[in-house]
Amino acid sequence: MSGLASAGRGDPNGPLVTRPTDAAADDTRAAIAAGRRPRRWGAWYVALHRFRVMKSYTGTVVVAGIGNPLVYLYALGVGLATIVDANVDDQAVGGVSYLVFVAPALLASAAITVSSEEFTYPIMLGYKWNPTFTGMSASPLRPTQIVDGIVISVAIRMLVNLVLFFALIVLFGAAPSAIAALMVVAGLLGGLAFGTVLMAYTSTLEEDTGQLAMVMRFVVLPMTLFSGTFFPLSVFPVWLQWIGWVSPLWHSTELARVFSYGYGEPIWLTVVHVAYLVVLAAAGWVWARRIAVRRLGR
Amino acid sequence: MKRYGGFAAVDGISFEVAPGESFGLLGPNGAGKSTTMRMVGAVSTRTAGDLSILGLDPDAYGPEIRSQLGVVPQADNLDTELRVRENLLVYGRYFGLPGRLVAKRADELLAFAQLEDKGKAKVDSLSGGMKRRLTIARALINDPRVLLLDEPTTGLDPQARHILWDRLFRLKEQGTTLLLTTHYMDEAEQLCDRLVVVDKGAIMAEGSPAELIRRYSSREVLEVRFGSDRNSEVAARLEGIGDRMEVLPDRILVYSRDGEAELVKITEAGLHPITSLVRRSSLEDVFLRLTGRTLIE
Repeated sequence: MSGLASAGRGDPNGPLVTRPTDAAADDTRAAIAAGRRPRRWGAWYVALHRFRVMKSYTGTVVVAGIGNPLVYLYALGVGLATIVDANVDDQAVGGVSYLVFVAPALLASAAITVSSEEFTYPIMLGYKWNPTFTGMSASPLRPTQIVDGIVISVAIRMLVNLVLFFALIVLFGAAPSAIAALMVVAGLLGGLAFGTVLMAYTSTLEEDTGQLAMVMRFVVLPMTLFSGTFFPLSVFPVWLQWIGWVSPLWHSTELARVFSYGYGEPIWLTVVHVAYLVVLAAAGWVWARRIAVRRLGR
Repeated sequence: MKRYGGFAAVDGISFEVAPGESFGLLGPNGAGKSTTMRMVGAVSTRTAGDLSILGLDPDAYGPEIRSQLGVVPQADNLDTELRVRENLLVYGRYFGLPGRLVAKRADELLAFAQLEDKGKAKVDSLSGGMKRRLTIARALINDPRVLLLDEPTTGLDPQARHILWDRLFRLKEQGTTLLLTTHYMDEAEQLCDRLVVVDKGAIMAEGSPAELIRRYSSREVLEVRFGSDRNSEVAARLEGIGDRMEVLPDRILVYSRDGEAELVKITEAGLHPITSLVRRSSLEDVFLRLTGRTLIE
């Protein structure tokens, strides 16, 4: 077959590469050479694209990145804390001031907020409303690289937010431990564990008829309330504590507390936090990749 | 061959396109054109059959094949969150091309698409024709060997279509291989060296526009109208006039070498059409002959 493109009904188990003429062989070689860089770096190209889009709302990211922690740390860690610390024995929250107790949880929640912004509407946008993913999939990029690129770009944005948050916690004098900076890692893990699963779920939606708003209302909000954020999970009866156990936010909050002020929990539990978050993040990521391959290859 | 559940969207479409050729898939909506294009574009995986693009199998060499293609999809999918020029920059990077080269090409292509002064504009502020030209510019950012165009001018006004055709014709002259789908006859006649007529996922005929017209139609067509309710009644009385006849709800088409002569015969028979028109045969007639239906319904 000497043609540039040929299609037919022949043997589906035929040879992978047809025997071309010299000029056509040059084309084939050129194609193989040109495929190398996108195969290796494709995910980064997508991430760069996403950064360019995010640049249009840098202001929001920075203002929210500094403003939110300030407001929350002040309102809860200083305002609410005056009541809590005056009326509750500090053993109730593990022997530290309420500000120190709540700060790691607020940081972990901030990562969840970034996730629920970046892994919902922008994903719906890319698949459906302004189908840039379709555009990308017509280029050398593979669907899996599109997913990877988005995860990379969101992870980096999240990291920026978390570092800002951590810096403010330090300014508030609420991070006593020497390894408190590792809180950022705990937050990142929690954000990605929740985020990749959320991304996969959003990717399955052919249309948004309110599902995303429901996720915000009935998943994100309760998760924030029932994940040991404002008070320890042990306050609940055992039959309600499972919410915390499945919640990535609870695991990342507890992990952040271990790093922030040496919150006393058995080491195996710390390992469970890390393992749970890593497994969830990986599972969501793999799921999102699969859906992308199926949806973009239709 | 492409199957979605039990429905075969494409079943039995075979063709070869040579380098530098301009090849068209002509057919009504739902004929399987876009599905075929997505398979040739190494995006949609086929259920069965052979497909080789630039000598490569798309299942194993998707990125390699796509690196040599330019794709203009049926619906624009420019990134509306980015500016006009940024769309080109970002897309160029997908091919692993160096930033400086992409920037240079972006400027050249903005000029080619007559959008030089729109570089910093928001995508949504562009007209339909401009968006289409930007999409074509984007498809050319990697200097593709093959350009795939899925209904490039659908939904555009006549002036915008002519600008677009002019641009595409230039590409053709430069030796770019074009593979396009359309349901516009004039578009196919203007741009395609060779085409296949597709209907219900299969090929009905193949050839150059002139060949197809010669094979499936007459030199001229006489269109006569007797009023919607009388056309079919009159048609019975026109028996024996012309080589062949098609009765449509709004008019009767008489196929003949000499349309004027047939019109004389009709009036001599004592029939007086409300309007009459003699024109050259077009691909529309070929399609009607092959499928018994008109292209745009």
